[in-house]
Amino acid sequence: MNRLTPFEWITALRFLKEGRMQTIFIVTAVAIGVAVIVFMSALLASLQANFIKRVLTSQPHIQLIPPDEVARPLRQPGSGHILAAIVQRPAQRIRSIDQWQKIRDQLSTWPEIVTVSPTMTASALAVRGDASRSISLTGIDPEVYFRIVRIPDYIVAGQPRVQTDDIVIGTDLAKELGVTLADKINVSAASGASRILTVTGLFDLGNKGANLRTTFVALRTAQALSNLVGGVTTLDLTVTDVYAAESVAQAVQAATGVEADSWIRTNAQFFTAVNAQKTSNTLIRLFVGLSVAFGIASVLVVSVIQRSKDIGILRAMGTSQGQILRVFLLQGGLLGFLGSVVGAAAGGSAVVFWHGILRQADGSELFPLVLEPSLFISAVFLAVMTGVAAAAVPALRAAKLDPVVAIRG
Amino acid sequence: MADDTPVLRLEGVCKSYNIGTPVEVEVLHDIELELGRGEFVALIGPSGSGKSTLLNIIGLLDRPTKGSLFIDGQETNRLDDTAITGLRGHSIGFVFQYHYLISAFTALENVMMPLLVERNFPTDDMRQRAAGLLAQVGLTPWQDNLANNMSGGQQQRVAIARALAMNPALVLADEPTGNLDTKSADTVFELMQQVNRTNGTAFLLVTHNMELARRCHRIVEVVDGRIVTPGSASASASA
Ligand SMILES: Nc1ncnc2c1ncn2[C@@H]1O[C@H](COP(=O)(O)OP(=O)(O)O)[C@@H](O)[C@H]1O
Ligand SMILES: [Mg+2]
Repeated sequence: MNRLTPFEWITALRFLKEGRMQTIFIVTAVAIGVAVIVFMSALLASLQANFIKRVLTSQPHIQLIPPDEVARPLRQPGSGHILAAIVQRPAQRIRSIDQWQKIRDQLSTWPEIVTVSPTMTASALAVRGDASRSISLTGIDPEVYFRIVRIPDYIVAGQPRVQTDDIVIGTDLAKELGVTLADKINVSAASGASRILTVTGLFDLGNKGANLRTTFVALRTAQALSNLVGGVTTLDLTVTDVYAAESVAQAVQAATGVEADSWIRTNAQFFTAVNAQKTSNTLIRLFVGLSVAFGIASVLVVSVIQRSKDIGILRAMGTSQGQILRVFLLQGGLLGFLGSVVGAAAGGSAVVFWHGILRQADGSELFPLVLEPSLFISAVFLAVMTGVAAAAVPALRAAKLDPVVAIRG
Repeated sequence: MADDTPVLRLEGVCKSYNIGTPVEVEVLHDIELELGRGEFVALIGPSGSGKSTLLNIIGLLDRPTKGSLFIDGQETNRLDDTAITGLRGHSIGFVFQYHYLISAFTALENVMMPLLVERNFPTDDMRQRAAGLLAQVGLTPWQDNLANNMSGGQQQRVAIARALAMNPALVLADEPTGNLDTKSADTVFELMQQVNRTNGTAFLLVTHNMELARRCHRIVEVVDGRIVTPGSASASASA
C-alpha cells in the first residue's frame, strides 16, 4: 500500500527529467551545500586526527608528577594563630615521586594501563669548548619510554641509544654547539654535578625550540646529575583508550595520591577549540540543510503548479492521492540524492586536491587524510531525508489538488 | 453484470456550489439520465449550462450534492475514495478539451499510463496493448514521440487510445474537438465512432458542433442545469 512502486519512480524521474533546468539548478545548489559540508568535515577530521596522533606519539597519555612544594602560613605553636598569612611560593627543588616503584608496579596491573615509564627531568648546561647552551635533560628507560614517545622515528643520524655515558640531542643543538655523532659534551646540572657524555644520536622533532632544548640520557645518568639517586620526577603512562585518559587519570590520582594529568587536560585548549569548531560546524550544517530544504521545496511548489493539469489527468485515470503524494516526495528525495552524490564527490575531490597542494617544505604531506566512508554515507542519507521532508508540503498540495479544478480550462 | 444494465444512470442528481457560506448556487437540477451499453450520446448546451460539471460528476471526479449515480449498475454515493479511484480507473475513460497528454511521456507511455497506475509494474503485455491501441488510432509511427512534438489532432487521438487502455465501459469526452480544426475534428470524431462500433464502448461526448452531434445515436441538451430534450425522443440519427 505504501510501497514505492515503479509507477512512482517512473513518473518522478520523468518529471525531473522534463523540468531539466529546474532540476539542474537545484541539484547544483544541493551539491554545493553538501560539498561544503563534506569538505569542511573531512578537513576538520583530518586535522583533528593528525593533531591527536602527533600529541599521542610525542606525549604520554597520563603523566604523574610530584606535588608542588607549598609554603604554609606560619602559625603560633599551640594556639594555631596565624602569624604570617602572606606566603610566597617557595623555590621548587627537583623532587622525586615517593615510592614510585611501588606505584609503577601497582599501575602496571591495571587493565586500562599499557605502559608505565619512569623519567627524570632536570635542567642543565651543555658545554663544548666556548659554546654553552641550557638544555633540558630527560632521563629515560628507553625500553618503555620509546613505546610512549616515538623518538626512534625522529632520529636523523646515529641511534636512539642511551647508555650511562650517552646523550641523544636535537639537530639544532648539535649545530649550535658544533658537535656531531661521537663527539663529547660536558653536561653540568643545576645541582653542581657534571659529566662528559657522548652524542650517540641526533633527532629532528620538526620544531627548533624542541630540537635545541630536549635531550635524552639514561635514567641513571639523570638521577646522578641531579643528585637524586633512585628518584624519578614523573611516571609516564599510556592507556588502552586514549579518550578515557582523563577518567583513568582521576582514578590513578585517587589510588596513588600523586597528581595525574591526562593529555586531555594538558591539551584542554585544543579540545575547547575542537568543541567550538564542532558547534559552528553543526550550525553550518543546520543552515545549509535548511537552505537546501527550502530550495527543494520551492522548486517542487512551482513544479506542482506547473503540473497541476498532469496531476488532474493522472487522477482522472485512477491515480490515488497516495500515489501522487509519493511521486512528489520521491522527487524531493531524488533531488537530495542526486545533489548529495555530486556534492559528496566534489567535496571529497576538493579535500584530496587541497591535501595534494598543502605540502610541507620537504614535500611530505602536511597531515594524513582522513576520508571516512561514513561521512559520505551520512551526507547522502541526510540529504535524501531533507529532500523528502522538504517535499512534504508541495507533495501534500499535489495530492490534495482537486482534479476538477486542475483539468478545467 | 447483465448486458442490459445501463453503463450509466443518474437519478435526481443535483449539484450546488458554495460561493461564500450563505450563498449556494445550484448549477445542476434533478438530472435524470441513462446511457445504454455501446450508446454514443452527444451532450450539447450553451456555455455555463453545466455540461462539464455533469461530466465531472459522472466521471467520479466530483460528487453530486443530491441524487444517485450508478456506474455499470453500481451505486457510487457510499463508496470511499479508494473505491471511487479504482472504479474511475477501471470503468471510465476521459478525453479532455484542453489538456490532452502528459508531456513528460511519449505517446506510447501515455497510453500505458492507466495500466501502469493500476498494476504498478510495467510489463510487455502493457506495452503490446498500448501499441495495439496506438495502431487502432493510426499513430504507430509516432509512438516514441513526446506529446509536445505532435499536433493537437494527433495528441487527441493518443488521448482516445489512452482512454481505452483499461477497456472501460464508458468514455467521457468534454469538447475533445473544441480546439481542433475542422479536418482534425472530423478525424477524431470518426475515430471515436469507429471505436464505439468495434469495441462497443459507450461515449458521452460534449460538443458545440451540431453537425457532429447529429451523427451521434442521440442528443441530450442541457440548458441552465436542466436536461431539456428528454431521452431518445427528439433528434436522433445513426451515422
Ligand atoms: N467550482 C465552482 N464554483 C462555483 N461555480 C462553479 C464552479 N464550477 C462551475 N461553476 C459554475 O457552474 C456553472 C456550470 O459550469 P460548467 O459545468 O463548466 O458549464 P459548461 O461546461 O456547460 O460550460 C457555471 O455557471 C459555472 O460558473
Ligand atoms: Mg465546459
